[in-house]
Amino acid sequence: MKQPRALVLYAPGTNREGEACAALELAGARPEVVSLPELHGRSWLDYQMLVLPGGFSYADALGAGRLWALELRQHFAEHVHGFIAAGRPVLGICNGFQALVKGGFLPEGKATLAPNAGGHFQCRWVRLQPQGDRCLWTRGLEAFDCPIAHGEGRFLPAEGDPGCVALTYARLDGDAHPANPNGSWHDTAGVTNSQGNVLGLMPHPENHLFPWQHPRHARGQAGGLGLALFRAGVRHA
Amino acid sequence: MTTLTLRSHDDPRARALYEGARTLGFDRLEKLEVEDLYFFQGELSPTTARQLEELLCDPVTQEARWDRPEGGQIVEVVLRPGVTDPVAEELLRSAHAAGLAEVEGAASGTRYRLYPPQEEAERLATLLLANTVVHQVSFGAVEPAWVKDARASHVVEEVSLLGQSPEELEQLSRERRSALDGAEMLALQAHFQALGRNPTDVEFETLAQTWSEHCLHKTFRAVITLADGSTVDGLLNAFLKKATDELHKPWVLSAFVDNAGVIAFGDKHELSFKVETHNHPSALEPFGGANTGVGGVIRDVLGVSARPIAVTDVLCFAPPDTQAPAGVLPPRRIRDGVVAGVEDYGNKMGLPTVNGAVLYHPGYVANPLVYCGCLGIAPRGSHPRTPRKGDFVVVLGGRTGRDGLRGATFSSMTMDQETSSVAGASVQIGHPIVEKGLLDVVARARDEKLYHAITDCGAGGLSSAVGEMASEVGADVELANVPLKYPGLAPWEIWLSEAQERMVMAVPQDKLERLGALCSLYGVEPTVLGLFTGNGKLVVRHVDQVVLELDCAFLHKGCPRRTMSAVVREPRPYEPPARTLTEWLRDPNVASKEGVVRRYDHEVLGQTALKPFAGAALDGPMDAAVLKPLGTPGPLGAVLSCGINPWLGECDPYLMALWAVDEAVRNAVAVGGDPDRIAILDNFCWGDPRKPETLGDLVEACRGCYDAARFFGAPFISGKDSLYNEYQGQSIPPTLLISALTLHPDINRVTTSDLKQPGHAVYLVGTPLHAPLERDLPEWAPRLYRGLHKAMSCVSACHDASEGGIAVAAAEMCIGGRLGLELALPPHEHHAERPCRLLVEVQDEARFEKALKGLPHQLLGRTLAEPELRLEDQTWSLDELLEAWKA
Repeated sequence: MKQPRALVLYAPGTNREGEACAALELAGARPEVVSLPELHGRSWLDYQMLVLPGGFSYADALGAGRLWALELRQHFAEHVHGFIAAGRPVLGICNGFQALVKGGFLPEGKATLAPNAGGHFQCRWVRLQPQGDRCLWTRGLEAFDCPIAHGEGRFLPAEGDPGCVALTYARLDGDAHPANPNGSWHDTAGVTNSQGNVLGLMPHPENHLFPWQHPRHARGQAGGLGLALFRAGVRHA
Repeated sequence: MTTLTLRSHDDPRARALYEGARTLGFDRLEKLEVEDLYFFQGELSPTTARQLEELLCDPVTQEARWDRPEGGQIVEVVLRPGVTDPVAEELLRSAHAAGLAEVEGAASGTRYRLYPPQEEAERLATLLLANTVVHQVSFGAVEPAWVKDARASHVVEEVSLLGQSPEELEQLSRERRSALDGAEMLALQAHFQALGRNPTDVEFETLAQTWSEHCLHKTFRAVITLADGSTVDGLLNAFLKKATDELHKPWVLSAFVDNAGVIAFGDKHELSFKVETHNHPSALEPFGGANTGVGGVIRDVLGVSARPIAVTDVLCFAPPDTQAPAGVLPPRRIRDGVVAGVEDYGNKMGLPTVNGAVLYHPGYVANPLVYCGCLGIAPRGSHPRTPRKGDFVVVLGGRTGRDGLRGATFSSMTMDQETSSVAGASVQIGHPIVEKGLLDVVARARDEKLYHAITDCGAGGLSSAVGEMASEVGADVELANVPLKYPGLAPWEIWLSEAQERMVMAVPQDKLERLGALCSLYGVEPTVLGLFTGNGKLVVRHVDQVVLELDCAFLHKGCPRRTMSAVVREPRPYEPPARTLTEWLRDPNVASKEGVVRRYDHEVLGQTALKPFAGAALDGPMDAAVLKPLGTPGPLGAVLSCGINPWLGECDPYLMALWAVDEAVRNAVAVGGDPDRIAILDNFCWGDPRKPETLGDLVEACRGCYDAARFFGAPFISGKDSLYNEYQGQSIPPTLLISALTLHPDINRVTTSDLKQPGHAVYLVGTPLHAPLERDLPEWAPRLYRGLHKAMSCVSACHDASEGGIAVAAAEMCIGGRLGLELALPPHEHHAERPCRLLVEVQDEARFEKALKGLPHQLLGRTLAEPELRLEDQTWSLDELLEAWKA
């Protein structure tokens, strides 16, 4: 089987590109980390998948993901829109999700990712429940566990039900913490577009590729692997 | 200047500050609002203004205004001139990238609105909203301090040493805040007398920095005379290095020589570990101090050509309700600032913060302690150490400003009320994304062999970095080449500035172009400052004049060795406070640290096998961190743990050292770490060593370090001291942090502290019940840890019993597993503290008994399905324990 090429974008401050690449490789893709200046004048459609990984692009200086979004919108809007319109799998994780939202690429209605209701950055494990079967990244998946690590992850649609929810925070049995870690609207953890080829999510499925990474591994429990999500994406590439 | 105001509909910051103000007793405050301010220089057209608004304002949660709406009492805060403003830097860069050329300058600030207007607004601002060390506060419209077009300064002054009396020399040392004593000033005078000239200010400042306590560790190298007439020939050599030399472990690859200690990991890799302190800066500007502390220790690891992979931090504060003396920030403010500073730097660097501790003791009220550690990984033997004649001196990373001048000498003094105003320039705010660029560049430059040597710019700036690298070979550098944040710096300021996020490399001439290409990929700025010359002289020029010409041997070896005297006091018996179990669990030193620790990313890089919290409800405290280092093969892991006990330090510094080493070792063994591969680091935070009793405590602690390291076969590989932690003569408790690094044979088989199943046997392993408190460690301890390590496959949970004794350890294991436990523990043993004690849940008793044959262990009880802790005389429900521990 031919391995799909995955374009993994890098901006100064991106820091989870390594794990995104590890996940893509394990799922059968061939990832390449490329910084935006290197992409001027190149066709993005040489790649079959597009991934915007987590981190603090440009230090999140003007708000999470905002400067990266500006760069994408100003210089690469056609490429991003073209990739989405072509129906190829697009994944924005954490800071990548923030950049997609702040750049107006996702969701289709107006929405934002606001500072966590708790007032600061938080890192802990959550359980994610796939919703609906529109999104190619989450369709048919069982619930799975992975960590969150963000300060601005409270999904807020401007008005009404945006109809785009692909993943929600669910209760990780026995967990002492509330299921929803950041006050997101209706426990939203990830959203998709109407074609279902784009997924943006705050949690980090790329940090749960092996059972030993799970905080209850020593108790003989490992929840579902985040790797499943990458496998689904690669299958559709 | 134009000002854009952004207002959020529901701002969590406003809530937190409001609660903070109420806690501080501002009862009349009914509401507090926060607005973000952006200031622009240049004439902005309406189109530009709209574009800036789009760039900055979130249309769903914020509204933007260009006027200045009234309402409430206004407090506006901006950064003082010269303080790094990463937001403004990024804003200006992106405005220009977006084609908004009219924007000539940008700055950021915050506006607070207090309702109703407060008589004590100024006090509220000082206590909660701003820190005048780095902030400028206005109760109306604030004007940010734009850096004016100052003229470049060429001024080099002569420092008059020749012909001065000893008193005059000491006076001069004080005036220039150089922290050099009489003998050292005389040595300088004699050196320049022989040269027949006075030093320039560049030379004087370079010597003051190189000879500072911070850089030279004069106290640790001094000859110390004890009251009985005996002498210690340098604490470092007589105790710490001595233990390492005598243990002679082949897997120690570098100890006390490089910026970090290095040990072997597997056949093809090496791990480097360094722990630093950043106490003095954190007392004055908690966010910036902690922030740059993390940044500094990460650069130490880059300085041994390693890829940083994890961060640790141990923080010591006064309890939040302690009354702070005049001129000192309130303890809550210090804590919140320090935690935010660690969070900001570690998270933005993309490094997991995986291990540490938070301690509360009133003795830290004016001198908080901020220990920052960093672990790195590199291919074995890949770190080049020797600059060669003809190599370029290249500085990489951030630009140089007037920030952090004289930090090395400042941290070598005690503090008083004046310190915060005088030392303002010693404090900096970090810019982690610039350092992230360095991190990305260094590993690739190392693999492509683009440099012959590398070191970080820490205390003393270029003076220290270039001076150290050139100490054998010599160098000739031109200060006019140094990229500056703004003009107007005097030559000595450029040379001594401690501006963050810079590294210096010795780059072969034919590799420069490739290094430049690599840097441009990651947005890093490389600049050639000069050459390594091969003549053993350090020469510094500014435009056309030589501003420094020093013999490297004098610079690095000319400082006279100090002679100091110490008095060893009679130890006091250690008696933990009498408290009930729930009182212990409620004590902030024992209570859950989730409020702090969850603000650090422990997962980034995907290598964290054992995290700070695990267990049935994911909130049980773990004893150590276990990592699978990035890019290494197989199941081999790295374990990080620590030991610290300032309460014992107050009573008996020798015993504190024994216990701290034991605790670090025991924590590592508890998670399955190999007891025969433990390397340790020492970090001493102490008072003024010129006081004989304070120095006596230090001698005793070092003696304890030697004894414990030999006893456990655990060599020291690196260490650091932070002395003069005093405020108006009041010292912190003697505080020794021992950090341990060892190997874990299999990251798939990590042992955690949470109880696993009802019906399992629970053993007390180690010091038996009723054992008296001794001023030694039990002779069987190393054998016991080895035995336990071999028996780990029959262990289902293991937890060290330290602060608060066995009962606290038992309660934490119940909480972790959400299970009950019954132990035959008599009342007087609940909270007795002894070294070498672990509580162990065992699934296979027969095998366990056999493995520990001949070693002290006793069956103490069993796990229960009922959620309660039953000790001999008393029972607590799990809910009661949880309520206290999470209060």
